[in-house]
Amino acid sequence: MGANGPSLPDRARNGRLAVYAIAAAIGLILAFAPFLFGDVRSQQVAARICVFIVLVASYDLLIGYTGIVSFAHTMFFGLGAYGAAIALKQWGPGWSAVLVGGGAGIVAAAALAALIGVLSLRVKAIFFAMVTLAAASVMLVLASQLSAITNGEDGLVYVAPKLLTPATILFTGADGKAAKWFGVRMDGKIAAYYFVFLTCLVLFAALYRIIRSPLGAVLEAVRENEIRAEAIGYRVVAYRTAVFVIAAVIAACAGVVWAVWLRYTGPETTLSFAIMIDILLMVVIGGMGTMTGAVIGVTVMSLAQFYLKDLMGAAAEATAAIPVLPQLLNPDRWLFWLGILFILLVYFFPAGVAGTLMKKGTH
Amino acid sequence: MNAAGALFSRFGIAFLPAIMVVAALPLIGSFSSWATLSIAGLAMGMMIFMMASGLSLIFGLMDVLNFGHSAFVTFGAFIAASTLAALGGWVGAPSLTLNLMALGAAIGAAALFGLAAGYLFERVIVRPVYRDHLRQILITMGALIVAEQIVLAIWGGSPVAVPRPALLTGSIILGDVAIEIYRLFAFGLGLAAYVALHLMLNRTRIGLLIRAGVENREMVEALGYRVDRLFIAVFMAGSALAAVGGAMWAGYQGLISATLGGEMLVLVFIVVIIGGLGSIQGSLVGALMVGLLGNYVAFLFPKLSLASNMLLMLAILMWRPNGLLPAVKR
Repeated sequence: MGANGPSLPDRARNGRLAVYAIAAAIGLILAFAPFLFGDVRSQQVAARICVFIVLVASYDLLIGYTGIVSFAHTMFFGLGAYGAAIALKQWGPGWSAVLVGGGAGIVAAAALAALIGVLSLRVKAIFFAMVTLAAASVMLVLASQLSAITNGEDGLVYVAPKLLTPATILFTGADGKAAKWFGVRMDGKIAAYYFVFLTCLVLFAALYRIIRSPLGAVLEAVRENEIRAEAIGYRVVAYRTAVFVIAAVIAACAGVVWAVWLRYTGPETTLSFAIMIDILLMVVIGGMGTMTGAVIGVTVMSLAQFYLKDLMGAAAEATAAIPVLPQLLNPDRWLFWLGILFILLVYFFPAGVAGTLMKKGTH
Repeated sequence: MNAAGALFSRFGIAFLPAIMVVAALPLIGSFSSWATLSIAGLAMGMMIFMMASGLSLIFGLMDVLNFGHSAFVTFGAFIAASTLAALGGWVGAPSLTLNLMALGAAIGAAALFGLAAGYLFERVIVRPVYRDHLRQILITMGALIVAEQIVLAIWGGSPVAVPRPALLTGSIILGDVAIEIYRLFAFGLGLAAYVALHLMLNRTRIGLLIRAGVENREMVEALGYRVDRLFIAVFMAGSALAAVGGAMWAGYQGLISATLGGEMLVLVFIVVIIGGLGSIQGSLVGALMVGLLGNYVAFLFPKLSLASNMLLMLAILMWRPNGLLPAVKR
């Protein structure tokens, strides 16, 4: 990165700096979230942002860096989550359940990704998008129908490993209870948040390492000119399949973390099509083909999801006299506005926030 | 490929649904349930065909895959339901003429909506992103989200009941087989749509141009024809077909919700992939196979019904990576 410093026009360099500064600021806020925000809801938002940054960045590896459009990303996320959840439910709380169950889910995700990739990545991008959409919807139906294992639509509720439960005391204070550091109780809740944050940090670093590696360069070559990449001697299908498997594995890891944090796994929180749409919106808002874009996109979307609804509720009340408008401003209809925003973004800013700031188009 | 193999791929694939029907009889055992399931499967297949054929043609002619196609299905279903509800007097009347008029109004309203919305959709959503698959997928997906939200805003989140004209309720009893009249009607309408499309594509000048455009667009343009205008017409017709398919599906289900289009989208994609992109015959064969298999498997192994279509698609993709009867040779 440093090599192209002075030769770039100043504006582009400033934009690049701004993007990294924003991403770094978000990272710092997430790192100290429990100390900055006391209430439960904010911590929930922060943890969700952590997990989704990994999920969206791994999706960006497909759509932004390699040019593969998949609608099955939630399927892999769900496989990891259900793996950990089923093991925790059956065997009770413990790290072995997380490791074995989550591991099984991750292996299943990798195998399924390899199968789908080998079967259908040799055909057109559009074919692949359709195949993955079909596969994901079958998985959603399976999860809600195999209710003996997955408890159907209701999902699974279980207990996290002991270290992460609120009753655990990390550091004992003078009064025998959990010590307070900067006004925050050092109990299992803190441990749970930092479990999420650190695992996600490691996964994100791994993704960053991949795109900076020779493999990342090959992937961009495949995206830019498939035929030329093939002609140089890279086996395009093998690379595509490999990156599809890598993205699936990382999504499944994020799923395990999400399952442990939420202590609940159901179709709505892992497999549903709504989450796939969230991921798509986050990638496009942040900017395809930029890992830092994933950080920005997830943060913007998550904050919007949690706080836009309140705003829309107020707007709906204010416009109650006009015919259709209140229905469209109803907080439940927030996807309507995001959908329009999404279309406009793809038209006018296909590079997203980060890409536009960096003046680095994806096409 | 040898001569017999070539002959099979020319004509044999058209008999795959028939082979499936015959093969299902010994598995199911009882003749009357086999007949009922087959008729249900054929009717369902024909409705899916109406939704899938437009998508397939649009892709074949212009290399555009419209993920928003299912929005037309949803709107068609809801518009038909509202029309039938508004004409409640005609629907409930025992008179054949009034029944037919209500039904015609419902299907006509859905088709008209499909034509108009198809025109707008092509102009506003699809036109700016030709030749860019990634943005096409993203934008049409965005349009699908918006359309679904509009349906929710207009008709609400709870399921809407669809009144069925008195004429189309009840069944015909042949021996010990009960045949629902609605299924016969759906099958007949789908068949009529197929015959009309087939004749239009193979017997008219416009059809000739469309087929030539699917085969080699640049050449047709070089000969001086405006393929883009042709495409708007195909896009509108395909959207109208999807809306009519949705209207029929609404009557078949009796109770519809805003997620209907999204649920059908998966089946429609499976049909298009099985059939081969750009081919009407392929869509018909694929749709009938999906409809039949769905019904048979739902009877034999209820838990597998959606997965069965997925497996069918995988099997066919392994046998023929471009689908059964692909018209597009890109």
